[in-house]
This record gives sequence, structure tokens and C-alpha cells, in this order.
Amino acid sequence: MAETRRGDGGWLHNYLLRHAQTFFYSLGQLSRSPMSTLMTTAVIAIALAMPTGLHVLLKNLQGVLSGWDSAAQISLFLERDTRETAALGLAERLRQHPAIIGVEYISAEQAMAEFRRLSGFGDALDALEENPLPPVLVVQPALGEQDPAALQALVDELRAEATVDLAQLDMEWVERLYALVEIGKRGVMILATLLAIAVMLVVGNTIRLMILNRRDEIVIIKLIGGTDAFIRRPFLYTGFWYGILGGLLAFMMVESSLLVLSGPVNSLAGLYNSSFRLGGMDLATTGTLLGGGLLLGLLGSWLAVGRHLRAIEPS
Amino acid sequence: MIRFSHVSKRYPGGFEALSDVSFHLAAGEMAFLTGHSGAGKSTLLKLIALIERPSGGQVLVNGQNLNKLGRWRIPYHRRNIGVIFQDHRLLFDRTVYDNVALPLIIAGHGAQEVGRRVRAALDKVGLLGKEKQYPITLSGGEQQRVGIARAVVNKPPLLLADEPTGNLDPELSREIMRIFEDFNRVGVSVLIASHDHNLIRSMGHRVIALEHGRLAETAGGLTHG
Repeated sequence: MAETRRGDGGWLHNYLLRHAQTFFYSLGQLSRSPMSTLMTTAVIAIALAMPTGLHVLLKNLQGVLSGWDSAAQISLFLERDTRETAALGLAERLRQHPAIIGVEYISAEQAMAEFRRLSGFGDALDALEENPLPPVLVVQPALGEQDPAALQALVDELRAEATVDLAQLDMEWVERLYALVEIGKRGVMILATLLAIAVMLVVGNTIRLMILNRRDEIVIIKLIGGTDAFIRRPFLYTGFWYGILGGLLAFMMVESSLLVLSGPVNSLAGLYNSSFRLGGMDLATTGTLLGGGLLLGLLGSWLAVGRHLRAIEPS
Repeated sequence: MIRFSHVSKRYPGGFEALSDVSFHLAAGEMAFLTGHSGAGKSTLLKLIALIERPSGGQVLVNGQNLNKLGRWRIPYHRRNIGVIFQDHRLLFDRTVYDNVALPLIIAGHGAQEVGRRVRAALDKVGLLGKEKQYPITLSGGEQQRVGIARAVVNKPPLLLADEPTGNLDPELSREIMRIFEDFNRVGVSVLIASHDHNLIRSMGHRVIALEHGRLAETAGGLTHG
């Protein structure tokens, strides 16, 4: 048939045109039943929004923690018999250290007074004959010393000072919080995996119902020479649309949730004298959300189409 | 065009719909396939369109041995056969135009080509003014003509019709048959399954008769092995 063979250009043009038509045709099909489309999309969006929202919150928490990282302090407990002049001398010397931005001297008496005030053991402490507390130098490492190894090196260096009895890095709680965040990240990963499977199943089931509803149409198309690819195409595009619409709706859900949270979070940060502001979704997260939604939609419809299309044959 | 050699078809469960059927339909020939219901007419047509596979023997269509045709080539085989069904098998959520255009869209023709050919096919069956209507608004005879337009729009060399006049009154039936004769006159091979003996007799074409799955007699044409 000479008239159908118009070179590869024409064929490719028709092929792409057909894809574009199916692309919009499947969107049109979805818009014809807006309620059921919206409900399916909402289910997908919620499943996508949950791990995404948690991920964004964890990222924010990490941001807060990295701010506290630099606030790590090193407490130098001096020998009990260190005289005040020696302690102040050491403090002065340490202030010159390039990795240290500040040193605060707390004398044994001050430490005692603070302990008395905070601990509530006032009477018991009165029974002690002498002050058991050593003088302390609180060392503030330079900002940027966020590398734990560098910090540890500084601690070791300070520990070597003659008058220093004990050098302690007050970062354990930050590390614990980090560990908690790590657990949170794993949790989000597990949740994301489970919900990704859920999205695939939702899309797959929706496509399965569509296939069953259009059984007669599929039979007719097969009878007049439609290939599996031709029949598959609109269903795959439908899955694509569900995925991308679900992703977009999830994006809006997360962003509006963050907007709702940002007021209280900002006032909380204000109470801590922090300029922290709740961050939104960055480009990578948005891309992953939309791309992931799209991919899951396609995958779900592919599974459904592969399973159910072959079973429908003309008889 | 069609050559059956010792073809049999046994369905799961043991029912033998066709046994040892051999015949030849020449290119450009028009023939009727008759027999009471259950004689195997539909099964025979299904074997040609590869809706069923034979249990034994060989079916050749247009020189192609269907036994050697893989699953993925079935759609391309069916594009060379226009099939007309008793129940029309139209898509009721699409217009007459879209129904007739479907084979062309499946085959990947351009929009202009589709428009030209669809109108030509609708013109041939006398439905040119109804392309924007939905099949449900048409009469039974008109729906059948939409089915015929869809079957011929791709210009297949072979037309198969399974009881195309089954639900139509004699007047409309004759009209439908005349359309088939028109296509046959321009070189299309036509095989029509029907049990309307009066109509068949009046047409005067070759008759291939089936009886309990076996070839009974042929008249008005030659039988080739």
C-alpha cells in the first residue's frame, strides 16, 4: 500500500501524534468522571504526602540540630587545688587559640552556688565540710568546628593541659538526637516504601476496573487488528495522569500543611531567641515527589494492564 | 484467498465443531456459508480471523499459513480481513465517524487520510450524512451498515460476515447483500455465513454448506482440495 508508506518522517509524525492524542484523550476520560478521579487522586496524594511531609519535617529538624552542633561546649574541670590566678591565666591563654572563640571561668564557689540553686540539695550541701566541686572553664569552640573528629582533637589537646583534670565535650545529647533523627529517617523510608506499594496497588486496581469496564471495547479493538501496545497505551497514560496528579496534590497538601505549621513554629523559635524558620520543600524533594508519583502511577497501570489485558480475547 | 485443508476443530470438553473440512475460496470470489445453527459456520469464520486455532489441518489465508502465525502477528493478520458481526459490535460511546475511523487509527494513518477514507466508506454504505451521530440513534440496518463501513475502510482484500442480516427484515437484508456484491465487484473476496436460504438462493453465488461440522455440498462453484 503505497499511500500509507510516506517515509519514516511521516510514520514517526503519525506515531507521535497518536501518542499526543492518547495523552490528552486519557486526561479527557478522567475529567469526564471528576468525582471518582478526584477521590482516587486524593488517596494517592495522601499516601505520597505522608512520607514527604515527614521527610521535610526531619530535614528541618536536622537544620536545627546542625545549628546546635556549633553550640557544642567543652567543659574543662580543673584540678581542685588550682588557684584562681592560674585558672584565669589558662583561660586567657586559651582565648588566643584559633579554634576557640570564648572561654568562661566558673570558680568552685560559683559552681557550688549554681548547683545549690538548681539541685535543691541546699541543706545536704551545707553538711559538707568543704566544696567538692572543682573550678571549671567552659570553652566555646570556633564556629565551623562541626567536624566531630576536629572537635575531639581539640578536646584531647585541652585534656593535655597540666591543670585540666577532665575535659568533657557536651555533645552527647546532640548525638543522641542525631541518632533519633537517623531512626526517624529509616522510619520515613519504611513508610515511604509501604505507601509507594499502596499507591501502585491503588492505581493498579483503578486501572483494573477501567479495563473490566471497557472489556467490550477492548474485544472490538482486538477484532479489528489493534495491537496489545495500542490497547495498552490509554491505560498507561491514565496511570501516568493519576501519578502526576497525585504528586501535584501531595505537593499542595505538604506545602499547605507547612504553611499551617509555620506560624506556631516561628513563634516557638522566637521564644528560644532563634531566627529559625520552617523550610518548605526544596527542588530535590519536589522532583522526587512528582517523579516518584509519575513512576508509581505508570508502574501500577503497567502491572494491571499486563495482568488483565491478555485475559481479554475475542470469542 | 482462503484454503482449508483437512481442518478440524475440537473444543475443550470434546465437542467437535469442525471435522475434516477442505475447501478453497478463490481471490475475488463471493460465497455463502450455510448450515443450521451449530453446524460450525461461526467456528469456521473464527479460524480464518484467528479468533480460534484449529485442532488439526491447515488454514491458508492470502497464501499465509495461519498455523505459523505467532500471537503478536495476529493483529496485523486481522487488519487484512474486514469482519462484519451479526450484533454489529460498535462502540456506543463514539460517533459513527469515530467507529469507522478506528481501524485506520489502529493502523496509524494520518488525520487527513483518515478523514478522506472514512467519508468514502460511509458514502459507499449510504451513511455520509450521519457521521456525527451516535450508533444508538441509528436503526438496526443503519448500524449494520456502520459495521460494514468499518470493515471495509481499511480496504482489506477479504470480507467475512457472520449472519449480517440476522436481525433485519428481507428488504433491508437484500440491501445489505447488495452492498457486499458491490465490494465483490471491485475485487474483494467475500465469505458470508447465513442461514437465510431464500436470500442466498436469490443471489446465485457459490454455497458452502456445513452439516454437523462437515462439508455437505457445494453449489455454483468449484471445490478445490
